[in-house]
Amino acid sequence: MDVSSFLNALILGVSIASIWLIAALGLTIIYGAAGVINMAHGELIMLGAYSSYMLQFYLGVPYLLCIPASFVIVALVGLALERGLIRYLYHRPLDTLLATYGVSLVLMQGVRLIFGSDPKYLAVPEIFSSNVSLGFASISTFRLVILAVTALLVFALWLLFYKTRFGVQVRAVMQNKEMAASFGINAGRVYMLTFALGAGLAGVAGSLFGVLAIVLPTMGASYVVQAFLMVVVGGGSLAGSVAASGVTGELQSVFASFTNDTFARFIIFVLIVVFLRFRPQGLFAQAGARR
Amino acid sequence: MQFTRRNLLRTTAAATAALATPHLWLPGSSEAWGATMKKGEPIKVGLLFSLTGALAVPEEDSTLVLQYAFDEINKAGGINGVPVQPVIVDAKSDFAVYSEKTKELILREKVTALFGCYTSASRKAILPTVMQRDHLLYYPTCYEGAECTQNTICTGPLANQHSQDLIPFMVEKFGKKVFFVGSNYVWPKESNKNAKVWLEKAGGELVGEEYIPLGSSEFGPVLGKIRDAKPSFIFSTVVGASDIAFHKQFKQEGFKVDSMPIASLTTGEIETRAMGADFGAGHFLSAPYFQSLDNPTNQKFVEGFLKSKYGKNGTTHYNMEETYLSAYVFKAGLEKAAAAMGIENVTPRAIRDHSGGIRIEDAVSPEGLIWIDENNFNTWLKPKIGQCQGDGTFKIVKAAEKHVAPDPYSIYPDAGVCTKDGLKAADGKLRKSVI
Repeated sequence: MDVSSFLNALILGVSIASIWLIAALGLTIIYGAAGVINMAHGELIMLGAYSSYMLQFYLGVPYLLCIPASFVIVALVGLALERGLIRYLYHRPLDTLLATYGVSLVLMQGVRLIFGSDPKYLAVPEIFSSNVSLGFASISTFRLVILAVTALLVFALWLLFYKTRFGVQVRAVMQNKEMAASFGINAGRVYMLTFALGAGLAGVAGSLFGVLAIVLPTMGASYVVQAFLMVVVGGGSLAGSVAASGVTGELQSVFASFTNDTFARFIIFVLIVVFLRFRPQGLFAQAGARR
Repeated sequence: MQFTRRNLLRTTAAATAALATPHLWLPGSSEAWGATMKKGEPIKVGLLFSLTGALAVPEEDSTLVLQYAFDEINKAGGINGVPVQPVIVDAKSDFAVYSEKTKELILREKVTALFGCYTSASRKAILPTVMQRDHLLYYPTCYEGAECTQNTICTGPLANQHSQDLIPFMVEKFGKKVFFVGSNYVWPKESNKNAKVWLEKAGGELVGEEYIPLGSSEFGPVLGKIRDAKPSFIFSTVVGASDIAFHKQFKQEGFKVDSMPIASLTTGEIETRAMGADFGAGHFLSAPYFQSLDNPTNQKFVEGFLKSKYGKNGTTHYNMEETYLSAYVFKAGLEKAAAAMGIENVTPRAIRDHSGGIRIEDAVSPEGLIWIDENNFNTWLKPKIGQCQGDGTFKIVKAAEKHVAPDPYSIYPDAGVCTKDGLKAADGKLRKSVI
């Protein structure tokens, strides 16, 4: 194991971590704030990819504008979903799980009916299909874009949660919904907005993953598991998801670079199971009443 | 129903009787077949592919192209004057459903033959049922071999046919050092075993071998290893969505197709369209069929198919063409069996037994003449090497001069030789239905 390939693996690890994190961000918000186990998260990611595809293919919107546009579109879908379905199920976690799973199937088949089951293609500016070489290390430009978007979103979320009045309300509702409500916070509205926000974040992830990998009705399934892992290991808080993604991304990269991908997956899942055996509440557990 | 002693005894007795005399409630396949033929009803065939789920991308195309082929056959007068009626089921990308639907097609629909499966896993899931009923499966895609059943006919290339030309061609053109990348399941591993044999013969050197979990889209670590190993070319058996991610990230990570192309057994027209033309351009594929093959039969096939109501996905590719051929292999086999033994006596197994040596001539086969091997019932074909162009189509850069024989046990010579009646070991023992 020489130093330069180890450094390379660490740099790649940061990129893998950012991919895992951006997949998990929306779920962190939804699970952390509203306590909803959103099984349709993968399909919201898929919708983000298809929104970008649609904007690009039918309206000719440039790719970089598709990313925020996907946020808005999927956030609206999330809003409709929360108002139409999820809000009736807040006190019934098992029903939410089943209902969102049903939603995921509906979204998947709906997209298949509209767009067909063949893979779609997102065009990006030429500059994104090259790489940056720093002598010993090399990384693709598009991975840097994902990293930058992730960092930006994490910073924005931190500002939102810790520096705004809305953030104080969200954290109050997270800690104790009834108490917060008795102080005049409209808890229903907070849930609605956080769900929409979480869905929108999934949309951003989707428009990025569509370029990195593929746009398919079934693409969400491969991201939802790792997103859940990050949220559970992190404990449902923003800092927890950041830390969990950072550690697993680095482990994945280092193990995959020095052994192989299959073994890296195996060892990560084993470590996560062992970790959860001793710390089931996750890295940074939230204070307050859980529903 | 209450479980009184009397009716418990009665049901048990009935069940025992049914078990002892299966013909009472399960008509033999010959009986079922004769009955449908006498009434002048259409010939039913089962199309067992996934229309939903992860496998839908390739398998939906298979269903469409088979419907197209049977329409074509029916328009030309059917088989012996009887039209073919495809019974379409959705296997939902779930191996349990494949197996269940197989039983449904054989027992309830009483189909004459099954066309189905794309992955080896689904094939292995349904074969026990197919063999138990002595039925017939047309498996219309490439696979790894190492099977010798008396109930399958395969119209795609085996692992030994694919890479035979591709590896020496790439070694000669780009250099000796090769890096193998594949999806982590049985077909890539078996294909790579074959490729290693050809690599050794061509004087090449294996500098790395990596397998990616099925469906994974993270190729960062593998591409890092490839960067360190500096191969002359990459040999890929990555399948499905992963394959598209692999080609995209190859370019995004700054690899140049001119100096280190990917030679693939899987990246066909459907994949190059989905990844965007500039990610596929310059890479190589070995397959018996390309949409760009320049012959009148293929032009007719491509134009006819894309214009028909089944051509909505906008392309033809090797897997579709192999599936298309299987319909004509079935037609020829059924006609031959009917001529030999009378149509009322034909069983699915009899169709298979009469299919050895069947030739699909240039006038019908878009890839050119093929024929079914008389011993192992796989297909003699000419693999071709294509290079992907900027528009996602392939330019043929090399075509095999002679047909290549299918050899399911090419890397396991100790297992024996696959004959018509079973796998014949060196000591003369015959094993039937080996999967």
